[in-house]
Amino acid sequence: MRYDTVIIGGGLAGLTAGIRLQKAGKNTAIVSTGQNALYFFSGCFESIQEPTPEIQSLFSEAGIRLHYSPGVRLMPMGTFKESALALEDVSLFPSPKFGRKVLIINFMAYHDFFSSFLAEGLEKQGMECRIRFLNLGDLAQPELGPNQMRAVQIARKMDEVWDKVVQEVRVLLKDEDTVILPQVFGLNDATIPERIRQGIPARVVFAATLPPSVPGIRTQMLLKKRYEVLGGTYLMGDRVTGAHVYEDTVQNVVTKHLDRHYLEADNFILASGGFFSKGLDSNPFKVYEPLFELDMDYNTDRNAWYDPSFTNHQPYMGFGVKTDADFRPSRKGVPVKNLYVIGSILGETHPELGCGAGLAIRSALKVANLITEPHAVPGVYTE
Amino acid sequence: MQYQEYTQSEYNFEECTKCTICTAYCPVMQVNPLYPGPKQAGPDGERLRLRDPGFFDAALKYCLNCKRCEVYCPSEVKVADLIQSARIRYERTPPKVRDYLLASTDVMGKLARPVAPIVNFATRQQLTRTAMDVTLRIDRHRTFPEYSARGFEGWLKRRKKEQAAFPEQVAYYHGCYVNYNYPQLGKDLVKVLNAMGVGVQLLEKEQCCGIALIVNGQSAQARKKALHNVESLGKAVESGLKVVTTSSTCTLTIRDEYPSLLEVDNAAVRDSVLMATRFICEKLEQGATLPFRNDFHKRIAYHTPCHMARLGWGIFSQRLLQMIPGVEFTPLEQTCCGMAGTYGFKKENYANSQAIGAPLFDQIRAVNPDVVACDCETCKWQIEMSTGYKVENPISILAEAISDNGKD
Repeated sequence: MRYDTVIIGGGLAGLTAGIRLQKAGKNTAIVSTGQNALYFFSGCFESIQEPTPEIQSLFSEAGIRLHYSPGVRLMPMGTFKESALALEDVSLFPSPKFGRKVLIINFMAYHDFFSSFLAEGLEKQGMECRIRFLNLGDLAQPELGPNQMRAVQIARKMDEVWDKVVQEVRVLLKDEDTVILPQVFGLNDATIPERIRQGIPARVVFAATLPPSVPGIRTQMLLKKRYEVLGGTYLMGDRVTGAHVYEDTVQNVVTKHLDRHYLEADNFILASGGFFSKGLDSNPFKVYEPLFELDMDYNTDRNAWYDPSFTNHQPYMGFGVKTDADFRPSRKGVPVKNLYVIGSILGETHPELGCGAGLAIRSALKVANLITEPHAVPGVYTE
Repeated sequence: MQYQEYTQSEYNFEECTKCTICTAYCPVMQVNPLYPGPKQAGPDGERLRLRDPGFFDAALKYCLNCKRCEVYCPSEVKVADLIQSARIRYERTPPKVRDYLLASTDVMGKLARPVAPIVNFATRQQLTRTAMDVTLRIDRHRTFPEYSARGFEGWLKRRKKEQAAFPEQVAYYHGCYVNYNYPQLGKDLVKVLNAMGVGVQLLEKEQCCGIALIVNGQSAQARKKALHNVESLGKAVESGLKVVTTSSTCTLTIRDEYPSLLEVDNAAVRDSVLMATRFICEKLEQGATLPFRNDFHKRIAYHTPCHMARLGWGIFSQRLLQMIPGVEFTPLEQTCCGMAGTYGFKKENYANSQAIGAPLFDQIRAVNPDVVACDCETCKWQIEMSTGYKVENPISILAEAISDNGKD
């Protein structure tokens, strides 16, 4: 099968590139080994500090509304982190003391949302907190079993009974100016969080639960849907196992399920993720990129890979595939002409692009632009 | 690399990072509070079971083996295989009479065929269904697939000479459903392949793929069938034939479950067993043509069966349908229909089976297509019964979309 561009990896970077290329009239395919880091997405694009109309409109066309308001966001353990761009249901505050009195809502027997840690953190900021538990069994029947007390299963229930939660909170609310709810709303309907906010006469803040992340799954579903509506082919649950590279050009890639049926393309984008997604791998002797064996930017001294203190920045997190300014990698020093590398497989080799979601989106858009408008950038290879 | 070779665990279970992605996709976990979910039933439970088989949890029987967990796992853990293999290794509850009946698709077919009209009449009656519900715990709401009085094998045997005349040849593993219940699908395949200049042969002697036996606690019998089929497929493959199929579940079973769950070596035949939609798609890409009618118009919604998703071949059926002139094509969002072969027939699963399928049924009603396309016969039963929409295999739609050559 022949495409204009084949994208290896279907996470935030791969989907962003795919959507952008489909919009430009290209025919693309994405090969994705299972799901991706969006399942742990905080809903915040942390390393993006400036306003980004291009990103905001790309997301809003997919039905994902972002808001830009530089400040801090609430972390699951009651601490705060600087952020400027986030999904609409993730609150950003000018300062950590965002309220006076806070009502924190949790669910009985739900172990993935730490309401007392949250309260402790907020009390340190001088806010008064009260925690109340809702009984899911009262809200929705049949009751969820102990194995089902997870963010996604609760969120599925909440898609149906969110308005009952609003009623309960209205009854519980005394003189608090803020209500914190676990982020289990709007899995299949992105408008629910906003409707909850309208129904409760206080500021409503949704705080992250343990994974899987409900706003992350929603984001993934909407981006994938947008990509497919634009005509993209998303091969879920397949893995690129090899590639045929002739001299300095990738001819095609081979996948596990399509085996002899190679995927051919003019350009290839490698968005296979970091260590979690096996875009990068390691053994006791080296850190490597397993698919093309691309040249790496990393410290070959194994003792320098880790910092013995677990909570410190770990040097291996910075390792990534070495590319030129146009995100093209090399093999044994020879540049590969029609392969581009984006997303967290780059590690911290492009610090100006930030990390995580910021790196994924920025590198994806840059590469999509290089592919669609090669002549605008001098020196870029075209067929 | 050698280093990896020695560190890889069985079914890759040590690769599980506890990320919980599978739990978001398990259809059973969304509806059945008794099921511990793929992560706990699979890699988490395996750790305990390896230490002491007493940790085996009977609730693993609720797994419907859809393998969606494996499709979405980012670490390629064979979650569903872990669960099914644990059932094979540790389940000690003997199968019920009902489970024997449901799993013996070929024996039942052989018995029913000579008296097909009587059997079909009986299974349509409320009284019979109530009786089966009470005595066998086969849910009374289920409609049974009808048996065909004349099998597919006989039909094709009578055309042996005619088929042998085609310049190119393939073998067809038709499976129980085509032979005993719905020979028309096999005839449709023959029509399409003939139109491309390909003749169709039967395998020397095929048996049921065995999937129903595997999931109904009869893996020893399944293994016998697997050994037989691998030998029979091997003869065709040795003589240079590709083997095409029209059922995604039979295909997955032969290609992946044989080595993975039944320890039957299928290396010699695996790569030659292909869904017919893939075979046809590849031929068309290589320049073959089909005589499409110019007066064909249909609005088609395509449902990817779970096992087609696991094979990773839904793309071939989709491309093929999209190639047909006059087709308005809508892919349905991927979700399990809830039937899972014999699973949905069982009384204790019926309500969950319907709850699992509900989002798919809603989608189909919203799209309101002329026909739903799908490569799996049990999805077909479920969707037709639950929505009233007609479901056809992509091959049958293709056969309808090409001009007749005047033959049956």
